[in-house]
Amino acid sequence: MTQGRLPDPEHLAQRIMRGERAAVAHGLNLLDNKLPAARDRSAGLLAALSGERGLKEGHLIGITGPPGAGKSSLLAAMIRQWRVSGRTVGVLAVDPSSRPELGGGALLGDRIRIKTSSCDEGLFIRSLANRNQLGGVATEVWPMSWLMLACFDIVVIETVGVGQTEIDIADIGDTVCYVAQPASGDAIQYLKSGIIEIPDIFAVNKSDLGPAANKTASEIGRGAPRQDRREAWDYPVCLVSATMNTGIESLLAHIDRHREFLANGCLLYDLRSQHQSAWVVRLLKEEFGSFGLELAGGCAVIRERLRDNPGSQFQQYERMRKNILSRFMSVRQTSSPTKKEHEYE
Amino acid sequence: MVSAAKNRDTPWLMRTYSGHSSAKASNTLYRSNLAKGQTGLSVAFDLPTQTGYDADSPLAKGEVGKVGVPISHIEDMDQLFDQIPLDQMNTSMTINATAAWMLSLYIGLAQRRGIDAKSLSGTTQNDIIKEYLSRGTYIYPPGPSMRLIADTINYTVQHVPKWNPTNICSYHLQEAGATPVQELAYALCTAMAVLDRVKASAEIDPGAFPQVVERISFFVNAGIRFVEECCKLRAFGEMWDELTLTRYKVEDAKSRRFRYGVQVNSLGLTEAQPENNVQRIVLEMMAVVLSKRARARAIQLPAWNEAMGLPRPWDQQWALRIQQVMAFETDLLEYGDILDGSPVIAAKVSELIEGAKREIDKVEAQGGIIAAIESGYIKRELVGSHMNRLRAIETGDLKIIGVNCFQEAADSPLTQGVDGSIMKTDPAAEQAQIERLQAHRRKRSDSDVRAALQGLADAAKSGDNIMPSSIRCALAGVTTGEWGDSLRTVFGEFRPPTGIDIAIDSRQVLGQKDQVSDLRKRVASTGDALGRPLKLLVGKPGLDGHSNGAEQVAVKARDVGFEVVYDGIRLTPQQIAQAAQEEGVHLVGLSILSGSHMELVASVLEELRSRDLENVPVIAGGIIPPADGEKLRALGVRAVYTPKDFSLNAIMGDMVDVIRECNGLERLGRLD
Repeated sequence: MTQGRLPDPEHLAQRIMRGERAAVAHGLNLLDNKLPAARDRSAGLLAALSGERGLKEGHLIGITGPPGAGKSSLLAAMIRQWRVSGRTVGVLAVDPSSRPELGGGALLGDRIRIKTSSCDEGLFIRSLANRNQLGGVATEVWPMSWLMLACFDIVVIETVGVGQTEIDIADIGDTVCYVAQPASGDAIQYLKSGIIEIPDIFAVNKSDLGPAANKTASEIGRGAPRQDRREAWDYPVCLVSATMNTGIESLLAHIDRHREFLANGCLLYDLRSQHQSAWVVRLLKEEFGSFGLELAGGCAVIRERLRDNPGSQFQQYERMRKNILSRFMSVRQTSSPTKKEHEYE
Repeated sequence: MVSAAKNRDTPWLMRTYSGHSSAKASNTLYRSNLAKGQTGLSVAFDLPTQTGYDADSPLAKGEVGKVGVPISHIEDMDQLFDQIPLDQMNTSMTINATAAWMLSLYIGLAQRRGIDAKSLSGTTQNDIIKEYLSRGTYIYPPGPSMRLIADTINYTVQHVPKWNPTNICSYHLQEAGATPVQELAYALCTAMAVLDRVKASAEIDPGAFPQVVERISFFVNAGIRFVEECCKLRAFGEMWDELTLTRYKVEDAKSRRFRYGVQVNSLGLTEAQPENNVQRIVLEMMAVVLSKRARARAIQLPAWNEAMGLPRPWDQQWALRIQQVMAFETDLLEYGDILDGSPVIAAKVSELIEGAKREIDKVEAQGGIIAAIESGYIKRELVGSHMNRLRAIETGDLKIIGVNCFQEAADSPLTQGVDGSIMKTDPAAEQAQIERLQAHRRKRSDSDVRAALQGLADAAKSGDNIMPSSIRCALAGVTTGEWGDSLRTVFGEFRPPTGIDIAIDSRQVLGQKDQVSDLRKRVASTGDALGRPLKLLVGKPGLDGHSNGAEQVAVKARDVGFEVVYDGIRLTPQQIAQAAQEEGVHLVGLSILSGSHMELVASVLEELRSRDLENVPVIAGGIIPPADGEKLRALGVRAVYTPKDFSLNAIMGDMVDVIRECNGLERLGRLD
């Protein structure tokens, strides 16, 4: 995209909230664009999209699990059901990038597995490479998921689970669903790795394998420790089969139930606020480094300011960003010790 | 010394793979080919027929009558074999996912003409397993596909005993990049999977099982390395003999014979200096006729201009004459096996057998060919081999005359014809076929059709043999799309591992190192200039399932730093435009080998325009004649690639420049 064709953020936000596909696509491209002019507009777009509704509406679901567990096929089956019930779905499918020294490219093959055979205007899939970013989920995912939340009933972020990724996904999703593969040993590894607290719902795929699937399900059921985030939640373990299309309805019912649980307990609002804070810090740090964070007053101050202004986190983000930028400039005018850091962010 | 041939061996069956436009046009072509001395027929079906769609399905748009003949119902089959006596003809049908259906139409037609099914002879390709690896005309998941193969075998062994119900194909494995060892191993693994499945179905009395084994035939490829290829065929014979004896206890040596048909290699035919293809074809044929012990039962040769487009009747005649000269003018058929006793040949054969046995063990250890396909193992091996081949061509280690060496050539008078030296299918054929189909639907009895389809669905669910109810469908006037849909409802549809969602070790498969690092810099700096990494959509519109080219481009693009969305096969133009929009790509790459590039590319461009994406550049690759290439460029396609563009690095460099140009950046030019 050349600079001349960058869209006006306010206007774009209105079109996105009306659910115009072209606007959604433009918006996602904009959020992905690292040119300085585009970054300004991204911040404007996010500000125009935020508000109270961003803390209450829709359902942001993270789906993760080891390679080969059948996440995409399961997601395809879930999407079919959601679409039958008339709900619109946005998907962010994240695949790994090759290492920078091997070119840093990526093959994004999820779309082909998720896609249904006909053109569906109620489904929007954007594939993303993780671009080797620390934590496994590219920083672009967070703002993109918020954009999608402004226009789809359900937003799904699908990632390959490799340890750290689950922690990232837990910092985005309202509900995190872990897809396990029977008889692979992954489930056990997972229990051992100590991050079993992360998922809210477990889906053991390939239940058509029978005993192996039951065994994995019971291992997870036994293994999930309960010193967890939310005592009143029961952490269900579902047996599903994407290929046989069984157990999907029950899984979706648990996912809906989890959202109700969050909403009824007034947890959703807080959860999303926390998530937003965490990502604002991460984005600021990515753009300006820890030096920039200090210029903005440090993490604690940033978090506090965000907490005091719920529903306008993106405005806050933009304000802080501008503030840091201007402080940066004044620092640079006196001396330029951080020149490198700024230019290569 | 000329002598009247005494004791000459009977020559193989001579066929030409053909069919186009309509049943009527194809029938005319068949009868003229038979008049020229062809001794059997080889029917090419169009893609809607191969993938179970009617001519008026949205997915069939632009594909009807392109790569073969459209057969929608029994009246089409009747017209295709007009004035051809079914009981005297040997008919080979290149049909897979819908093989049970085409065979049902053929049997139904014979029944209507009062011909005993026991007198029918011929072959249905019916190897759906390899469709998952190459060629891509699968419909259903592997389980139901295996069942369809087993059902046709069980049925024909009892009711159509001279029919070859399945032709296990190593042909397409070679086209997908397989080495001789891989070809041997995977074809034999497939044969084992099929025989095991038939055995497990217990429809055939165990005492009659040797008759099943005897009916299994193979369809093999022969490449230009004709000594090795000849040894490969001898290895096939020895391994099949051993396998059928030890694994299936077939005592009669005659029933253990390795029976195979051949189409020689298409992968190695070139668009550059296409006349050279004639000598390639002759040499490749040597491999399958030279040794009597491993001689082909049926041969079809491609035409010299196959890499340019559809061959004309004259081109097909030339291919047939090559066979006739070999069979009737040379003294080849007067001798026994001329390679027996050669230590060089024997050593090569045992080397191939040992390699193949090792690979078979690997596949069996993973649970057999189906499991190895589902896990992506086989596809990964094939994509890897194919990448090695392409790399060797790029580096010049593998010489291809006229392509990467000896490119200097005088203009060929052969390609100067006003027709572009290729066959043009009738553009009105699609509409005519649709009208014929709709008229047929009006004429038939709806209640008969409903009852027949109900019977088919019942059999599919209950596990009864699918053939009797399919033959009833044929006689009731059911259409190809109805048959396909009816089973789709019961069996579901298959989405395969693509061969690209598997990681390939880039370091092994990259081309020239310096060019690659230069390309990576170009991709990265262009991405930086545009604000985000370059993103490419690779997709195949239409029904053509030959995904190897698209996959190679996708993998290479990933290796030089693109973020590549691989959208796979069988996409409508709407789906491609929608994907381009949703994914926010910088470039769309289309691959089409079915000859429907004009219609499909034009529709994709239009769909992109309707979504305000006219600024997203489109490139296209495939078997695209130069005149069509010009037209596509005039429509707005930024670059057109054909089989003569063998350098993937050059294509990658071009892609970056196309993106740069469309975004107001300077071109970077050719790679050093």
